[in-house]
Amino acid sequence: MMPGQTEFTAALMDASRPAPQGLRDGRGRQAGKRFDVYRNNVAVSLTEALEAGFPVIRKLVGDEFFRAMAGVFLRAHPPASPLMMHYGAEMPAFLEDFGPAGGLPYLPDVARLELALRRSYHAADAAPIDPASLAAVPPVAMAGLRLHFAPAVILVTSSFPILDIWRVNSGAGGGAPRPKEQTALVLRPEFDPRPVDPGPGAAPVLAALIEGATLAASLDRAGPEFDLPALLGLLLSNGVITGFDLED
Amino acid sequence: MSNHSKSLVIAASLATALSGLAHTATAQEQEKCFGVSLAGENDCAAGPGTTCAGTSTVDYQGNAWTLVPAGTCEEMTITDASDGVERMGSLEELDRDLPG
Repeated sequence: MMPGQTEFTAALMDASRPAPQGLRDGRGRQAGKRFDVYRNNVAVSLTEALEAGFPVIRKLVGDEFFRAMAGVFLRAHPPASPLMMHYGAEMPAFLEDFGPAGGLPYLPDVARLELALRRSYHAADAAPIDPASLAAVPPVAMAGLRLHFAPAVILVTSSFPILDIWRVNSGAGGGAPRPKEQTALVLRPEFDPRPVDPGPGAAPVLAALIEGATLAASLDRAGPEFDLPALLGLLLSNGVITGFDLED
Repeated sequence: MSNHSKSLVIAASLATALSGLAHTATAQEQEKCFGVSLAGENDCAAGPGTTCAGTSTVDYQGNAWTLVPAGTCEEMTITDASDGVERMGSLEELDRDLPG
C-alpha cells in the first residue's frame, strides 16, 4: 500500500521517524536508506535556499549557526509553494522568537530587509512617469495629489541601524553601524534593487504616500528635518512613481 | 497649514526637484539586458531557487544549540535606540538566552 501524503511529509521533516510504510526500493524491500537520502536532500536544498536568500543574516551569525538555525526553520516552515524564490517569508517572525539568537535583536529587521530586496527583484516591471507630467498639475491642486508607486518599491522601517548593518555585511561599504534608527527604502531604478536612506523625517511621509494618502495628509506626518524637494527628487530620479491622481 | 498653502509648498518643492533632475537624467535610458550580471551578484539578488542544490552536503540537524552566532555580530556594538543599552554581539548575553 502506498503511504499517504501526510505520513510521507511527517517522516520527511523528522529524522527520528521511520520511512513511511509501503515505500519500496528497486528490489521490493522497505526503502529505508533511500528515503534517508531523499530526506537529507530536502533539508540540504532548503538550507541552501535560505543561505542564498539571507546572505547578510548568514554573515552576521556565521555559517555553522546559520545552518543549524535553518534546520529548525525548515522543519517549522516547510515550503508552502513550489516557487523557491519566495521561500523564507516567515524568517523575520521566526527570528523574533528564536531563543539562541535572542541577543541579536536587530536580526528580524535585517531579515525583513533581505526579503524586501528579494521581493523587489522579482516584482513586476512598471514604467515610471515622465517627471514633467507632474509639473502640469495646477499648483493649487497639489495638496490633493496621490502618487502611485512601482511594485518593486518597498519601505522597511526599523528601530535599528539596518541600512548600516546591511551595507557593512554585504560588501556595499560604509563604516561601523551608527547607533540610530534607520528606515530602508528599497528601490529598483533599473533592474537591480538597492536600499537607500530616504532622508531625515521622511519615513512616516513615505509610509503614508505608499498607503495612498494625499501629499497634504502625508506631509502632516513629516519629521522636523524633512526635506520635501529632496524626497521628490529621490523618487522621480529612481523610477519610483508610475502614475498619480488628484483627490476631488 | 491650509491645503492651499500646502499646495504652494508642494508646487515649489516639485519645481526644485525637477530642476535637479534635469542635470541627472542621463543614465535613465538603459535597456533590459539578460545574462550579463557578474557571477555571484545576480544570484544574490534573485535569491533561492536559482541553483540546483542538495546532492552532497550533510544536513546539520539536531543538538546544535551549543552554538552561538560566530559571524560579524561579534564585532558590532550598537546601542539599542529604544532604551540606550548596549546589547549587540556579546557571546555572554547569548548564553543567557539558550534554552535550558
